[in-house]
Amino acid sequence: MENKLYVSSSPHLRSSSSTTKIMLDVIIALVPASIASVVFFGWRALMLIGVCVASCVLCEYISRKVMKRDTTIGDLSAVVTGLLLALNLPPSLNPLIAIFGSIVAIVVVKQMFGGLGMNFVNPALAARIVLLVSFPNAMMTWTDAFASDFDAVASATPLAAQSGTYSYVELLLGAHGGSLGETCAIALVLGGVYLVVRKVISPIIPCVYILSAGVMALIVGQDPLYQILSGGLLLGAIFMATDYVTSPITKWGKVIYAVGCGVLTILLRTYSNMPEGASFSILLMNILVPLIEMATTPKPFGFIKQTKGDKK
Amino acid sequence: MEAKLTFPKKPYRTHGGVHVPHRKNTANIQSIYMPAPKSVTISMSQHIGAPCKPVVKVGDTVAVGQIIGDSDAYVSAPIHSSISGVVKKIDKITAANGAKVDAVTIESDGEMRMYEGIKPPVVNNLSDLLKAARDCGLVGLGGAGFPTHVKLNIPTDKNVDTLIINLAECEPYITADHREVIENSWNIMSGIYTLKDILDLKRVIIGIEDNKPDAIKVLKTIADNEVDKYDEVRVLPLKASYPYGAEKVLIKACTNRVVPMGKLPADAGCLVMNVASIAFLSYYLKSGVPLVKRRVTVDGDAIAEPKNVIVPVGTSVKDIIEFCGGYKEEPKKIIMGGPMMGSAVSDDSLFIAKQNNAILAFTEKQAKLQEPTACIHCGKCVDACPMTLVPPSICKAVNAKDVESMLKSGIMNCMECGCCAYSCPAHRHLVNTIRLGKQIINNEKKRQMPLKEGK
Repeated sequence: MENKLYVSSSPHLRSSSSTTKIMLDVIIALVPASIASVVFFGWRALMLIGVCVASCVLCEYISRKVMKRDTTIGDLSAVVTGLLLALNLPPSLNPLIAIFGSIVAIVVVKQMFGGLGMNFVNPALAARIVLLVSFPNAMMTWTDAFASDFDAVASATPLAAQSGTYSYVELLLGAHGGSLGETCAIALVLGGVYLVVRKVISPIIPCVYILSAGVMALIVGQDPLYQILSGGLLLGAIFMATDYVTSPITKWGKVIYAVGCGVLTILLRTYSNMPEGASFSILLMNILVPLIEMATTPKPFGFIKQTKGDKK
Repeated sequence: MEAKLTFPKKPYRTHGGVHVPHRKNTANIQSIYMPAPKSVTISMSQHIGAPCKPVVKVGDTVAVGQIIGDSDAYVSAPIHSSISGVVKKIDKITAANGAKVDAVTIESDGEMRMYEGIKPPVVNNLSDLLKAARDCGLVGLGGAGFPTHVKLNIPTDKNVDTLIINLAECEPYITADHREVIENSWNIMSGIYTLKDILDLKRVIIGIEDNKPDAIKVLKTIADNEVDKYDEVRVLPLKASYPYGAEKVLIKACTNRVVPMGKLPADAGCLVMNVASIAFLSYYLKSGVPLVKRRVTVDGDAIAEPKNVIVPVGTSVKDIIEFCGGYKEEPKKIIMGGPMMGSAVSDDSLFIAKQNNAILAFTEKQAKLQEPTACIHCGKCVDACPMTLVPPSICKAVNAKDVESMLKSGIMNCMECGCCAYSCPAHRHLVNTIRLGKQIINNEKKRQMPLKEGK
């Protein structure tokens, strides 16, 4: 035979899934929430999304070039980070601050730790928290939905307001103040269902997160449904806590991680002086992931527990 | 095990597995006997265990079924000539796994003359059966090549009560076992009864994937027949999922028993036999003709006429593919075995061994694998692993050459089924890395051995 044959290690058959396809699914799942934000907050929302996505992709491209590594913008992970960052920002935010956030997310949190798969915290979340600490005023200025003048109207988010200010229906539809993507519960759940159906995420993390937050809310005397539907809890539970890179790989690890997120979110909301707790709680649990994984590594099939008698 | 053995209504739960495409293109095509090729080259190492030594010399005339290689070792199986003719050369060849092994090349005289010494064995008890199983040169025909006489010689302290017939055939493309059922079902059944009676087994479960409805129907018809008076043989359809054919997975699915790590099926009270092995054993008991031919699935998008062929052991891959109409398109990858666990070979001059059940030839389109990208920690490999391992942590240990962590993460429990690499969206070569790790461990063991002896 003249032509050369490929000789490689088995398996010689691979599934059709790829990182790009998974990221594309996440983007599709975020479309309803993005549309909702544009409906509620108008062109400012659209502009913020555009600015964040573009700057994230650009940051990724430039930092890979500078570090002399191959270009990875094709895997669409930078688009996902940009989109998630935008959806976590208040609508009235200065686009320059958003660009700063993108730089923090992609350059500092993601690429400086080795790129996709190596970052130990969620880039979009870390960037949001950096912005929150650096620009507390800008990051805490909320605009009401359908507001005509962004500078004049300042409103309280459902979380900052007294429990019961908004009805459950209002919270589900999301026509109230808040971050771009966190207000419309229906849109977020729709995206979550899509991800589960497409087998991109397992339902363990979002379900356990929401459930444990609900139980914790009952314990500390809050209205569980109100807590779940308001603030960044749903966005966090469905899209941020389920980030592959920064969540446990093992089944029981996912459960422990999600319980931690849920409990911490409610504790922070109730006892810290921040109205919002989802971002901080997920970030904290991100850092614990290696430990959780170590503790929950499953025993191999056929493993027999050694009893004291067996040991010699 | 005093409790009465029951038959499961549906398979028990097993972990992991992936849904591979079936591509059983040859399932409905009658197997064809391939005429004797001009020459065969028969490897002396066609089984797990000690390789055989040639017992013929260059220039000797041999006949079909004559012993040409044997070994004194217990874990070994004799090798017989698959054609009649003259021994042309005894030389080293490269096997599919890359090892150099002795091989006997025989030039055919075109007569396919049977060896005079061939007569059906008399089997009345277990030792007769074990002798017969060794004499016929039978090894596990599903791909592992474990000598059958060793498998059947169950240690007396093990209480084996269940025979499981492995008919999962979960690898894509391969239909050799499927055709065996359709074309040779009565031999399978008589083999099952012979084993059941001699080994005094109480329960026989035929584990078969549900993508072979015609084979299930045939087996059910026979198993429900009056021959099975006490209703001790039943067919258990399994929902098609890879790797049901893996021994430990099949045992769990059929009996809910778990084979302990590093132990054998006998430790879980089970004996697992490939369907083609049992059919051959029964054929040998009737005819006395040892294992000199086997059914091979020839498929893949580069093959002109995919089908099952029954070929003499030692026939070259090239001859077999030519018999199947040759290449339709330029092949870019040739695999001995299935696409999930088979070995890719460097050219088509290799020879069929007893345990080879398939030859696949892929064109560029199917052969090319995508370049690996960064691990995104998605956990799809963890979900897919039938051995409940965590492939990324094993690979991390391998890349660090950390033998202790490798062993701790259960690397030796990996059976290289390929589920992790199949499901990986980043196309990472997980199985390859794990193989490398096992090699590192073996080298380490060899390095430490003389030290220990010196103490």
